[in-house]
Amino acid sequence: MYDMNRVENAVTQNDIKISARKVQVYYGEKHALKDVDVDILDKTVTAFIGPSGCGKSTFLRCINRMNDTIPVARVEGEILLDGEDIHDRRVDPVQLRAKVGMVFQKPNPFPKSIYDNVAYGPRIHGLTRNRADLDEIVEKSLRGAALWNEVKDRLQEPGTGLSGGQQQRLCIARAVATSPEVLLMDEPCSALDPIATAQVEELIDQLRSNFSVVIVTHSMQQAARVSQKTAFFHLGNLVEYGNTEDIFTAPKDSRTEAYISGRIG
Amino acid sequence: MTDLPMPNAAPAPATSSLLAQDVRTRRRNAAEKRFRTYGATAIGLAMAALVLLMFTIIRDGSGAFRQTYLSIPVTLPADKLDPQGNRDPAEMAKVLTLAYGPVLNSALEAAVAESGVNIPGLTAKDIDGLISREAAAQVRNEVLADPDLIGQTIELDVLANGRVDGYFKGRVSMASAEMDANTSPQQLQLAEALRDKGMLVTRFNWDFLTNADASDQRPEAAGVGVAILGSLYMMLVVLMLAVPIGVSASIYLEEFAPKNRWTDVIEVNISNLAAVPSIVFGILGLAVFINFAGLPQSAPIVGGLVLTLMTLPTVIISTRAALKAVPPSIRDAALGVGASRMQTVFHHVLPLAMPGILTGTIIGLAQALGETAPLLLIGMVAFVRNFPAAPPEGLFDPASALPVQVYNWTQRADPAFIERASGAIIVLLIFLFCMNLLAIWLRRRFERRW
Repeated sequence: MYDMNRVENAVTQNDIKISARKVQVYYGEKHALKDVDVDILDKTVTAFIGPSGCGKSTFLRCINRMNDTIPVARVEGEILLDGEDIHDRRVDPVQLRAKVGMVFQKPNPFPKSIYDNVAYGPRIHGLTRNRADLDEIVEKSLRGAALWNEVKDRLQEPGTGLSGGQQQRLCIARAVATSPEVLLMDEPCSALDPIATAQVEELIDQLRSNFSVVIVTHSMQQAARVSQKTAFFHLGNLVEYGNTEDIFTAPKDSRTEAYISGRIG
Repeated sequence: MTDLPMPNAAPAPATSSLLAQDVRTRRRNAAEKRFRTYGATAIGLAMAALVLLMFTIIRDGSGAFRQTYLSIPVTLPADKLDPQGNRDPAEMAKVLTLAYGPVLNSALEAAVAESGVNIPGLTAKDIDGLISREAAAQVRNEVLADPDLIGQTIELDVLANGRVDGYFKGRVSMASAEMDANTSPQQLQLAEALRDKGMLVTRFNWDFLTNADASDQRPEAAGVGVAILGSLYMMLVVLMLAVPIGVSASIYLEEFAPKNRWTDVIEVNISNLAAVPSIVFGILGLAVFINFAGLPQSAPIVGGLVLTLMTLPTVIISTRAALKAVPPSIRDAALGVGASRMQTVFHHVLPLAMPGILTGTIIGLAQALGETAPLLLIGMVAFVRNFPAAPPEGLFDPASALPVQVYNWTQRADPAFIERASGAIIVLLIFLFCMNLLAIWLRRRFERRW
């Protein structure tokens, strides 16, 4: 049944979008992420899997420097986006986040209208010159998030009034609206029912043609279904990183195998 | 396997019927019932106290909103009131209030004679005593405002003496009048007779809301006008200072400030400030604003500044609580689409925290409105007859404040001031009630956004 949704798993790109070297994250005294080296490809879906507390979300939040907002968090090491160090003194995290969009675990639409939710990013970044342009971006983003047909007649209604799955797709539309180059998704389906999950997964596959997508997931089936590359984290270490096919069929590390077969985690 | 009897299991309860409660259940239910009774009793006591309070205040204070007036025709003689005869208000102002007294007295005496009321032992002094000492000044003001009245005979409503007013309100009786140097039973009999003839009327007392304070001998003329104005001016100052300062301080502390030892110290100090007795703020105001900065005494600006200092901790604490209550997911969402810290705060966090901020602010303002102690120290307890000018200059004029006026009146000797004090409390309570209603309304309105 999973195979029905399974996407083309072959890696078609070889351009490196994000490259991380020796990334360490400390939460106060706790060493949450140790020596992570990873190269994330452009126009590819990369899945981070691993048991709870293994550091996969922490690493995801490093990529757009969301950890900056946590006072006790400290990030060391080098993360390059298109060859540029995101921790460079000259980098404004706000500009970085416009390039690296993020979708969170729990749908978190703004308590504003559906239209304003999507239009917020373009508005603050000054992406449009007039209302017509903005309307176009909103429509494009909502279509991109496979939500347009459901909400086109009620754009002025609050985004919080949508169902859970619709809210998450609205959040994806909001992230897509600023035309990011990378889309980070932190367990985007964990609060959704199977039907909404299937819709979002299908969406992720479509998004691959435009962005590099990084998704953190608890569900190995989901990783297998949507991703081309998979990274397995365990206790703050990046244990294994490779083509999804290989990780799931021929893991090199015994811990990966144990996790995939359900013995740890 | 489960069918086998287990040797170590506890013995089954003797009765397993659902219809009979076991001992434990009965005990738990009894405990719950007791607890509910305690709660209901507490609420009942609180309600009873509130009802008693409201009843006493309304019983004592409602009289302040009704006032007795003498309705008599008064001829304003030109020779006495305008000796120059040119109807120039500047010239006429030289005629003192003293000259108007006899005019009113003779008018009343004539009216009494004409009405045919005959009371044995009634003296001219008794008749004249019906008129309030304040009435002459009121007539003078009316005449100065409209000089053409001179020479005419006009139908005037002049304030009746506080004792006569008190007699109709049940404060003064024939027996007490016997022992009172300020009134006599004959005077009260006359008052009753005049009321039957419609010359003595009791009507709604707008003057109570618009008049300034009056001296000890004239409780019937005292009003809360200056106090209301003074309180309003102070609220204006508090609103203009405490809200922007408090809200921006909380936004900075909550959203921008690094969390370190210094911010901890500041946070503890703000909480401590909220617990400082208000009179301490009064001493501070006296030392800093009046003695050091040289601002005038009794001025609403000083009162407002002191109350601002007192209100700030309340505003900051409630604003911070409201900001904290905004779910972090909203901040993440805004930061995630590339909003700056400030955009996140002003576009998303602040609108969501608005109901809480407004409620806290209005509660703080209401607290400031009812505050008395610090105002006593900065001289707002003074006897102020003149209305302050319009703001901003008026902020520096002497004024009173509602709670201080209440305090002031309760110190006076004449029992008529008890009625005035309770009336002022009613006015104050109405203001507070309106502010709380506003807080509730604003909260409802802004909460709809969710």
